[in-house]
Amino acid sequence: MTVKRVLFKEEVLSVKSIANEVFVLSFARDFEFRSGQVISLDLVADGQPRLYSIASGEKDNEIEILFDEKPDGRLTPLLSVLKPGDTIFVSEPFGTFQCDKQEAMWIAAGTGVAPFVSMLRSGLGQNKTLIHGARWDENFYFSQKIENMLHDKYIRCCSQQEDTAYFRGRLTEWLDSQTKLSIDIQYYLCGSAEMVVQVRDILIKKGIPFQNIISETYF
Amino acid sequence: MKINLFGLTLNQLKKQVLSLGLPAFTATQLADWMYKKQVTSLDSMTNLSKQVREKLETNYCIELIPSSKVQTSTDGTKKYLYPTQIQKFIEAAYIPDAARATLCVSTQIGCKMGCLFCMTGKQGFQGNLSSGEILNQIQSLPEFEKLTNIVYMGMGEPMDNVEAVLESIEIMTSTWGYGWSPKRITVSTIGIIPAMITFLERTQAHLAVSLHSPFDNERREIMPIQSVYPISGVINEIRRWELGRQRRISFEYIMFKGVNDTARHANELVRLLNGIKCRINLIRFHPIPDTPLEGTALEGIVEFQNRLKAKGLTVTIRASRGEDIFAACGLLSTKELIKIQNNTEF
Repeated sequence: MTVKRVLFKEEVLSVKSIANEVFVLSFARDFEFRSGQVISLDLVADGQPRLYSIASGEKDNEIEILFDEKPDGRLTPLLSVLKPGDTIFVSEPFGTFQCDKQEAMWIAAGTGVAPFVSMLRSGLGQNKTLIHGARWDENFYFSQKIENMLHDKYIRCCSQQEDTAYFRGRLTEWLDSQTKLSIDIQYYLCGSAEMVVQVRDILIKKGIPFQNIISETYF
Repeated sequence: MKINLFGLTLNQLKKQVLSLGLPAFTATQLADWMYKKQVTSLDSMTNLSKQVREKLETNYCIELIPSSKVQTSTDGTKKYLYPTQIQKFIEAAYIPDAARATLCVSTQIGCKMGCLFCMTGKQGFQGNLSSGEILNQIQSLPEFEKLTNIVYMGMGEPMDNVEAVLESIEIMTSTWGYGWSPKRITVSTIGIIPAMITFLERTQAHLAVSLHSPFDNERREIMPIQSVYPISGVINEIRRWELGRQRRISFEYIMFKGVNDTARHANELVRLLNGIKCRINLIRFHPIPDTPLEGTALEGIVEFQNRLKAKGLTVTIRASRGEDIFAACGLLSTKELIKIQNNTEF
């Protein structure tokens, strides 16, 4: 009677460390997906999988997911030590956190940048501005790729590193300081609930209709 | 550091006593003392030998935490604030009503779901409660003996902490535990489908789904979860279940002026729930700070109710309780929370 999301066996291609306790895991793409979608992932077929946004492009050969290792987490400490050829179990992609080619602002914190990286890699970068908040400069994941595509429409807000090359402060401070946010475009938010709620409150105070704010929270 | 036995299931208690070389039935005795007799001292467990008690006391404790603050509404509703970890707080709302006395318990400190209309979400997520911390809200309640119903509708999303929720329900409903009927327990969810399935499989408690808009695209404007688990998917999953006569599904629907209270919404709600034996609870919205949403006036709610009733649905309007103490919105704990702002990842 019960229909749970079926997990399929996949083989890890690589697990690369890209910052302190942050990794990109890849496996071969044998399904179609829309950028912004998530997959369920676990090391067993019948466990309690966790959700991860896909960071790779819709037509890339590999699926990439970005994750930070939570030392007391159940799954991520195990994912970070996987080797090429190891087995993982993943679901088909699902979710509707998707945007079109219209002008929009993307706002992400930490690994919440993953769906926007996927959108960029899938050709949705035109008319987009990305605001990325992170603790340290090394946490601006995929920054070279993003910079090459978005140029000055890529704003990095660094909250902890005093000698950062970017905006020094939280992304909420950057948003607070803006006087010309368009009220006619869509705003896509991805990150922790705390970030999403704070950013949404700022945008609404600045006159952005809540209907123009689409959010995805980690959970 | 001693392990707190309060909140452990019978199987978990057995593991603990077996690890000390004690017989398995000691676990049943412990459960009986803690949950049936509500004894909080190992030394008072007189059917355990002195030697066993001393062995247990070396490694374990039974710790309940009293509330640190209470607010009382003019209508008798009380909101209790319970401390959890250092500088963290949760709320439980006691709602007496004629023959019923309901306790609304929290399952998480803060919440990860970020719903537009929710005060708890403004705290962000601070942590999951253990089954012991969930049960503590019940057993430490001064009105514990008067309780008739428990609803898991306080802070947090129960299905995002489903294992602790299931453990607490197991303890509440087992013959070795509090011995409550699962019909006296309702758990709410915004629709995390895999955990909701687990809940339906492993308990007989009632389910309440926070619906709030029948349209996928409009629901995601107020509930981020919609991007991952759309309400249409939640409803499809519920349709697969034969819930029987004893088990109730209800749909919670907070009424927002001009957002989800039109005839178009009523008609779509009828279509969405067609064929599901359920009840719809219409709820007045009590505005929270900085919200762009307004509540629908009572006349509008009644009109909406009549539209649904005319199509054969069972619809109630939930009585507002504890408005003067913001009983339902997480405001008290949010005020109490000392936030460490400078270590966020954004």
